[in-house]
Amino acid sequence: MTTSSLSTGQKIARLALVGAIPLALVLLLLWAGGWLTPQRLSANNLVAVLQQSGGEHPGYRRNHAKGVCVIGNFISNGNASAISRAALFAPGTTPVIGRFAIAGGNPNAPDYAVPVRSMALAFRLADGEQWRTGMNALPFFPVATVDGFYDQQVASMPDPATGKPNPEKMKAFVTKHPEAKAFMAWVKQYVPSSSWANDRFNSLNAFRFIDKAGNAHLVRWSMVPQTGYQPISAQDKNDKNFLQDDLKQRLAQGPLKWDLVITVAQPGDVSNDASKAWPVDRQTINAGTLVLDRTVPQQQGPCNDINYDPLILPNGIAASDDPLLNARSAAYAKSYNLRTHEQAKQSGGSL
Amino acid sequence: MKQVAHFHPALRFLHWLMAAAILAMLFIGVAMVSTVSSLHSLLVSIHKPLGLMILVLVLVRLWLRFYTVTPSLPRSIPGWQRGVAHLSHWALYAMMLLQPLIGWGMLSAAGYPVTLGDGIILPPILPVNNDWYATLRPLHSLVALLLFATVMLHLAAALLHALVLRDGVFHSMAGTRRR
Repeated sequence: MTTSSLSTGQKIARLALVGAIPLALVLLLLWAGGWLTPQRLSANNLVAVLQQSGGEHPGYRRNHAKGVCVIGNFISNGNASAISRAALFAPGTTPVIGRFAIAGGNPNAPDYAVPVRSMALAFRLADGEQWRTGMNALPFFPVATVDGFYDQQVASMPDPATGKPNPEKMKAFVTKHPEAKAFMAWVKQYVPSSSWANDRFNSLNAFRFIDKAGNAHLVRWSMVPQTGYQPISAQDKNDKNFLQDDLKQRLAQGPLKWDLVITVAQPGDVSNDASKAWPVDRQTINAGTLVLDRTVPQQQGPCNDINYDPLILPNGIAASDDPLLNARSAAYAKSYNLRTHEQAKQSGGSL
Repeated sequence: MKQVAHFHPALRFLHWLMAAAILAMLFIGVAMVSTVSSLHSLLVSIHKPLGLMILVLVLVRLWLRFYTVTPSLPRSIPGWQRGVAHLSHWALYAMMLLQPLIGWGMLSAAGYPVTLGDGIILPPILPVNNDWYATLRPLHSLVALLLFATVMLHLAAALLHALVLRDGVFHSMAGTRRR
């Protein structure tokens, strides 16, 4: 059989098909990767807007850039094993590598200038599983959706003329995302604490605990400090690094402790809106104690190269339908890829 | 040496199964790193076990490829085209084998648990090391794009043989007709 049995018209039509099929697949791949729709919200857009508001700081995280590593253990009392089959909730000890940080993309920001603080933890389970969680010292998240978070970053960017966010833009943002009003009201009356040690850190997003029978329980969790609250002092505002200095000083005197408190939802509690706190009367389970023993600067510390992706979960903990979780996971990965590449370049280790 | 018109049925089966798996994998890969929707975690959870499946299948396929008789290209094909055909096939095999290993290695170097779902975890194949991750992560993207480009050329050549040249080359893999 040869080409001669085809007419010229047939040949042209078939040749066109030979080109058109791969071309269609190429276009489909470009679309799937977001290259044809640069306006669509993607991990790239999210990281780009954070970079714009925090400035470019190669080698650092795109958000929560300033922080320190902490090392310790989680001592489980077994109470949470009734609702989660995760091995770390059986009675026993799990090593933890954590990180305290302040929000924002600037690793040189003065500690007192940023009211939002975070605690990120990576639990290393004996079987090779991990639980990574990034928590914030906020009662609820400012916005419910990824679009809301993006719009908030754009609206709160300082106006070059005044050096402050444009009030018109902020107003437009709140009109578009009215759930942010509750957060803005909370910020107004909020007095930050004097230390990471006496802050309470909350998961904000909802998750599902899976018990031994396979039943799911909707939960949120908090690290509740055993150290009493003290408001930020006037003196703290003279030290750009007062949070890190305070932590070092406290840990020199002994370990710091938090209780891991699991809040269990009741039917009707929202699973997909981190801007809504659940009623305070919900059942809580004290799952055990986080004991932090020492702190290491992040540049030399083991937490620096950990991506605290909230979707790295052990068997027994699963994501909820909260849309922010996927966005955090995708954007953290992007930020991680950028900074690990920059760090390798800085150290001469990249090919 | 024995002359055959078709690839061994097991090789043909693996070829078409892997064609579907690899195309799906490439689309999943580019979509999962871009999207911030709920597809992100779903795609990530498919990407890892599917990658391991491709690694296992390519090992079986390479073994079969070496131990079965394969059809030779028709004499109508000029020498340089035979060269290109063989080169592209070995490039495809090399990338199919390397890409899952690069993915596994980069996750190991980042200290991520390589989870396949339901608490099944693969052991790390590299120690935790930022420089390794910083090298392997962009390499994983680069090999993905090279693999996609080579698969598209392979597809265009296959279509040319099937629709225009009709010289039996396509049918040696499709198994649809005797020469």
